[in-house]
Amino acid sequence: MRTRRVGVAALEVLAVALFLAFLFPFFIVIVNSAKAPFDITQSPLSLPKHWGKIFENVVSIWTSPNIRYSTSFASSVVITAASLVLLNIFASQAAWVLVRTKTRLSAGIFVAFVAAMVVPFQIVMFPLLSWFRDFGQMAGISLLRSFTGIILAYIGFGMSQSIFLFHGFIKSIPLELEEAATIDGCRKWQTFYKIIFPILRPIHATVLVLNGIWIWNDFLLPLLILGKGNRIMTIPLAVSNFAGAYVKQWDLILTAILMAMVPVIIFFLIAQKSIIKGMVAGSIK
Amino acid sequence: MRKAKHPPIFWLFLAPVLFAFLMVIVVPFVLGVYYSFTNWSATARIGDALKFIGIENFAKILKDSTFTYSFMLTVVYTLLNMIAINVVSFGLAILVTRAIKGRNVYRAGFFVPNLIGGLILGYVWQFIFDHAVPSLGTMLGIAAWANPNDLILGRSGSALIALVIVGTWQYAGYIMVIYVAAIENVPQDLIEAAQIDGASSLRRLFSVIVPMMRQAFTITLFLTLVNSFKQFDVNYSLTAGGPSVMFMGKPIYGTELLAMNIYNQGFQSNDMAGGQARAVVFFLVLAIVSIVQVSGNKKKEIEL
Repeated sequence: MRTRRVGVAALEVLAVALFLAFLFPFFIVIVNSAKAPFDITQSPLSLPKHWGKIFENVVSIWTSPNIRYSTSFASSVVITAASLVLLNIFASQAAWVLVRTKTRLSAGIFVAFVAAMVVPFQIVMFPLLSWFRDFGQMAGISLLRSFTGIILAYIGFGMSQSIFLFHGFIKSIPLELEEAATIDGCRKWQTFYKIIFPILRPIHATVLVLNGIWIWNDFLLPLLILGKGNRIMTIPLAVSNFAGAYVKQWDLILTAILMAMVPVIIFFLIAQKSIIKGMVAGSIK
Repeated sequence: MRKAKHPPIFWLFLAPVLFAFLMVIVVPFVLGVYYSFTNWSATARIGDALKFIGIENFAKILKDSTFTYSFMLTVVYTLLNMIAINVVSFGLAILVTRAIKGRNVYRAGFFVPNLIGGLILGYVWQFIFDHAVPSLGTMLGIAAWANPNDLILGRSGSALIALVIVGTWQYAGYIMVIYVAAIENVPQDLIEAAQIDGASSLRRLFSVIVPMMRQAFTITLFLTLVNSFKQFDVNYSLTAGGPSVMFMGKPIYGTELLAMNIYNQGFQSNDMAGGQARAVVFFLVLAIVSIVQVSGNKKKEIEL
């Protein structure tokens, strides 16, 4: 079986080559984050002269009053975390009553939620802005340029898929479990939060990953709702403000990009299996 | 005592998502479809100024060369992207399901680009195309790459290819995972039976494994189709719609995909009603194409 071993060896060489090719852009980002402006344009492919420069660049990004990276980072964390917590609570409790209430109305609401998954963002984006402004004025709250508005929008755009995923999972939980709790004197809402909610853990993880990656990286929605140059910015907004400028400071742009990538990569290295599973599960179901 | 059909807890638990659904999807959707038949603009938002004008916005779109160009460009981009992503990811899936060392590391590596947002990836690749490629061209002596006055992103044709390259790099690992799951789900005894019958590994792949993967193909083709058609982020950061080209006697954006065309019509040209009408067309095309594609593929799936 000599040819077979040669075959496997060839495949391994191919795999390594492809692997390096796929990671090449990351290599470019890392080495150029540690360079001075002149070195970048002269030799973008070479290793940096002093790796220490990377810390200088990181510090100047983090403290620059123009880029406002640190506040954008904080805003991104707040928006992502709040949206995720609320989405997981609201979507799971909604899915539960929709599964357990067997009426035509309940089924109809579920179908309407699922149907909304095919609505592309583009068809709602212009009216969403004017509607948020009008509603905000009527109700006396600001939905544009505010945390409230963007978190509400993420709940609205994320709920369909999340409810769909919870719905599929809850259907497989035996009803006897809840009946036993009711006999023991649990109220309905207690049954959900004490009995069902903990059982949903694996599907909570899927919903968290799926929505977390999306919200953290999302660009167009924050661009519209928060706007350019607002007090509240997300990381993609901050990067685009800075990188879209006419004069390109690539050393700092690539450092900012590196800083945007690192949290996600670390997260991936820790929870790689559930991330891949979660992200793919969302699309297949 | 008759139990209420919909007890308070039903409405209580549904209230938050129903509110978000109405605020973010239902009301904007209904308004959006209505606005596409009006003269809606920043100055004519409500009241008497807002007038119903029938299909005028849609008639204008048909005569607009930027929309025609964007539409054709998006069709070409979507086709190229679908082919490139699926060919690459299928190849990667075959590779990482073979008995090679460290295949989990490769799987993770191919998947990683998918975790980073399209906006940021677009800037990374802009740097690669504008600086790393010319430098590589000089090092390797490839004249076509080395000329800093003739960059890949400088011509609309090659810039479109650049969009496909980035799209493929970003998405192939994701689609690969779906193919890997499908390949690993093919019953082992089927493959062994074919092997005993003397089928070569290529024959086993195309006569046994691929026919069993039809359902996966339905999903991957659907996902790549929809995501390519809706591409915005990479378009925004990598090419920003440029460079300009002459089309029907007018200079227009050379790489402006539909999603960006809608955005620019609304915010750059300040034509909200026109942008909204484009969005309605966009929605209809997307809906029709996805239904046709999924139902066409479903017919070919094998039920076991």
